[in-house]
Amino acid sequence: MEPTHSSRRILLPVRNWFIVATLFLALLLNLIPFGRLPGIPDWVALVLAFWCVHQPLKVGMSAAFVLGLAMDVANASVMGQHALAYVLLAFVAAGLSRRVLWFPLAQQALHVLPMFLGMQVAMLAARLLGGAEFPGILWFLSSFSAALLWHPVTYLLLIPQFSPEDKDVHRPI
Amino acid sequence: MRLVFFVSLSVVLLVADLRFHTLEWARLAVATLAWPLQRITGMPIDAAGDFGAYLTRQSRLLQENEELRRRQLDTANLLLRQQHLEQENIRLRALLDMRARLPVEGRIAEILYAARDPFSRRVIIDKGTQHGISAGQAVVDDVGVIGQVVRVFPLTAEVLLLTDKEQAIPVEVQRNGLRAVLAGAGSGMMELRFLAANAEVKAGDILMTSGLDGVYLPGLPVAKVVNIDRDNSYAFARITCVPLAGVERHGLALVLGARKALPPQPDDAPSLSAQAGRGKRIKKKAR
Repeated sequence: MEPTHSSRRILLPVRNWFIVATLFLALLLNLIPFGRLPGIPDWVALVLAFWCVHQPLKVGMSAAFVLGLAMDVANASVMGQHALAYVLLAFVAAGLSRRVLWFPLAQQALHVLPMFLGMQVAMLAARLLGGAEFPGILWFLSSFSAALLWHPVTYLLLIPQFSPEDKDVHRPI
Repeated sequence: MRLVFFVSLSVVLLVADLRFHTLEWARLAVATLAWPLQRITGMPIDAAGDFGAYLTRQSRLLQENEELRRRQLDTANLLLRQQHLEQENIRLRALLDMRARLPVEGRIAEILYAARDPFSRRVIIDKGTQHGISAGQAVVDDVGVIGQVVRVFPLTAEVLLLTDKEQAIPVEVQRNGLRAVLAGAGSGMMELRFLAANAEVKAGDILMTSGLDGVYLPGLPVAKVVNIDRDNSYAFARITCVPLAGVERHGLALVLGARKALPPQPDDAPSLSAQAGRGKRIKKKAR
C-alpha cells in the first residue's frame, strides 16, 4: 500500500489546482520568519522535489524558476540565487523520477537527500563567489530535516489521489 | 536544453543583482505585493513571542524595571544638562564662526524579524518610504549603532547590521581620537582594519563614530575592543571588537534622519593624496 511503483495500489490522476495550492502553501511556510534557527527545512524545495519526482511532466524547471525568484525576494537574498538552485533541483529530481519511485519511502529519502545538499551547495557557491560570509556548517541541517520529512510529506500530498479501498471483484482496477 | 536556458538566466540575474544592482525595481514590485502575505506568516511567531512575554516571571520584570530606573537616573544628570550644553555649544560655535551642527531627528521603528538569508545579517523594520525612511540612514538603539538602512519598500525597510561582512563604519577610539575603519567580520564580531601593528589601541577601548562618512553622526558609541593580535609578520594588527548595541537582538530601534551630504572635494585633492603617499613612504623608511 506504499505509494511507489512496486506497490499494487493504483493512484487517481492528480489535480492541477492541488499542485499549485501545495506549492503556494510551501511558499507561505517558507515566509515564516524563523531568523537564523538551523534545521528549518526549505518547504518549497521539499514540495517542488516531490512534484518533480511524482509528476515530472507537470512540474518542471519553469515552475522552479518562478518559485526561486519569489523566494529570492521574500528572503532578501540576491536575485537568482534560489532560482538557480531550484532549477538544478528540478532538473535532477525530474531526471531521476523513474528510478526513485521504484524504491520504498526510506530509500527514496536517501535519494532526495543528495539533491537537497546539492541545491544548498549551489546556493553556497553562488553567494561565496559574490563575497558573502559562510553561514556555518549547521546551515546544512535543513537538507537533512527535509529528507526526514519526505515520508510524511509523501503520504500527505498523495491523500487526494488514493482510490477507495473497497475492491470490486469484477473490475480489479 | 531547458536546463541550460534556465541556469544561464539565473546566472545573468545573479550577476545583474550582485554587480550592477539593476533589479531593485523588480524587487520593489514583488515585495510590495508579498507584504500582506509576509505579515500573515509572521503572525504565529508574533503570537508565540507575545505568549512567551505573557509568561515572563514577575521577578524578572521587577528586576528589569529596577535596572531601567537606575539607568534613567544615571542618564538624568546628562540629559538635564544637555539643553544647557547645546545652547552653550551653539553660542561658542557662533563665536568661533563655525557652521552650526545640524539638528537630527529620529523615528522610532520596530524590528519585525531577521531576514532569512543565512549569508548576510539583515533585519526588517516596520517603517518604509511611506514614513519618510530612505536608504542610507543610520539606525541606533538605546546603547549604540546597529546598522544602516540599505533597501526601502513602501511599508518596510531592510537594515544591514554592523556585523555583516559588507558593512564598514568609520570610527575613532574614544580614549585618544585615533581614526580607523571598523568592518563586520560575521558571526557577531567586528574587526578594526588597517591599523599598524604598533597602533595605540588597548583591549577594552570604546570605539565611537567619527562622522567622517557623512552618514553617521559623530560620537555615537559603536563597539568595544576585545582582543588584539599584534603579529609582526603582518603589516596590520588584527583587532577584534564586539558591538555595544544589541545588534543581533530584536526590539525597538531609532532611525536617525539623513545627514546632509558633505561638501564636494576641493580641486587640489589629488595633490593631497600624493602628499599622503609620500608620507607613507617616509614612515616606512624611518622604521
